[in-house]
Amino acid sequence: MLRHAEPVMGTVFSITVRDPGPGTAAVLERITERLHRIDAVFSTYRPDSDISRLGRGELALADCDPDVPTVLAACRETAAQTDGWFSERPDGRLDPSGWVKGWAIEEAAALLRSSGARQYCVSGGGDVQTGGGPWRIGIADPRQPGLLAAVLAGRDLAVATSGTAERGAHVLDPHTGRPATGLASLTLVGSPGTGIARTDAWATAAFAMGPDRALAWAARRPGIEALAVLPDGTKRWTPGLPAHLPASGPADWQPTAG
Amino acid sequence: MRRAVVTSAATAAGVVLLLSLKPHEAAGPAPVIGSGSDTATGSDVSEPSNAPAPSASAATSAPAGTTRKVSGDTVNTRYGPVQVQVTLNGSRITAVDVVKYPTAERRDREINTSALPVLNQEAISAQSARIDVVSGATYTSDGYIRSLQSALDRAKG
Repeated sequence: MLRHAEPVMGTVFSITVRDPGPGTAAVLERITERLHRIDAVFSTYRPDSDISRLGRGELALADCDPDVPTVLAACRETAAQTDGWFSERPDGRLDPSGWVKGWAIEEAAALLRSSGARQYCVSGGGDVQTGGGPWRIGIADPRQPGLLAAVLAGRDLAVATSGTAERGAHVLDPHTGRPATGLASLTLVGSPGTGIARTDAWATAAFAMGPDRALAWAARRPGIEALAVLPDGTKRWTPGLPAHLPASGPADWQPTAG
Repeated sequence: MRRAVVTSAATAAGVVLLLSLKPHEAAGPAPVIGSGSDTATGSDVSEPSNAPAPSASAATSAPAGTTRKVSGDTVNTRYGPVQVQVTLNGSRITAVDVVKYPTAERRDREINTSALPVLNQEAISAQSARIDVVSGATYTSDGYIRSLQSALDRAKG
């Protein structure tokens, strides 16, 4: 087992590899470089990033890093998939962060796979892509720090949680411009093949929708399940979510090697 | 793992089936079993040995100290055919065993159903949950220091 934690993008990326090989150390370096490069291009906190300059009209899209048009296209696609509840301009300013972090996690996972790793887990500040497995994924209790609201288990899952616990009411309802407050947290689970980029962006959008619309939306979308924790602690979930619960309860599962 | 699967199936099946159990000997209509919804809590799913513990003594005349096994009829549940056997000490249920299970595929479905009450239980301690990773609202670099994920990352495997 090999673990690495990398502070980047204003948070920390945590990488676990259960089947490290001769190429794992080198690929972790490449991942680190890639994540910092993505941050340099896409950070809205850096006035000199491509995204900041593009947003201010100082840089043409054609002169940006080639990842920029790809990411903006993915944002537009996500906006269409979520009936406008996702936006790459959440407060009017160009800010594709809602897509970028999940996509960066996917980039890290792809590099791990290319190095031969098959049993890995990448968390970008609490949004998770697993490879192989089963992996046990704790869902943080948004109301009680240090405790879990649920435990999920599975193979090749993407799990993204959007919530107010860490940074307050920071997800804006794109229709009103006001913070979304109907949920304490919303977790989306993407089945194998869904990927954390979409799962994460959808979780942000669904959080803004509020519980009723979010659960109905997630239930309609193939490959996605949802667990909602309301501000009073009540939990609600989509009918398919129990398929992702561990077979024998949260406490007595024994991890399998490799 | 195999044992855990079976016991968890047994717990859920017991809850379902105790209600329809027809004891051949015991006169009491199984009032203890009315706590079936309690039996289905997540903590009992993970600790199956506690699951069948009765909360009140049944109204039967059997003297304490007499151990009997009572088999229920095979019942077709929506998960498939299931039969349970109850061990009684006097009128007290000391064990519930599932002696006939649904097919494997149906059992998987049932286990997922049995895990459902886990969602409704109170918050789970991370120490008991044996998790590999945590999903939660995005933390800042500072917030990471206080996070469960940082504790997991420090516990180098």
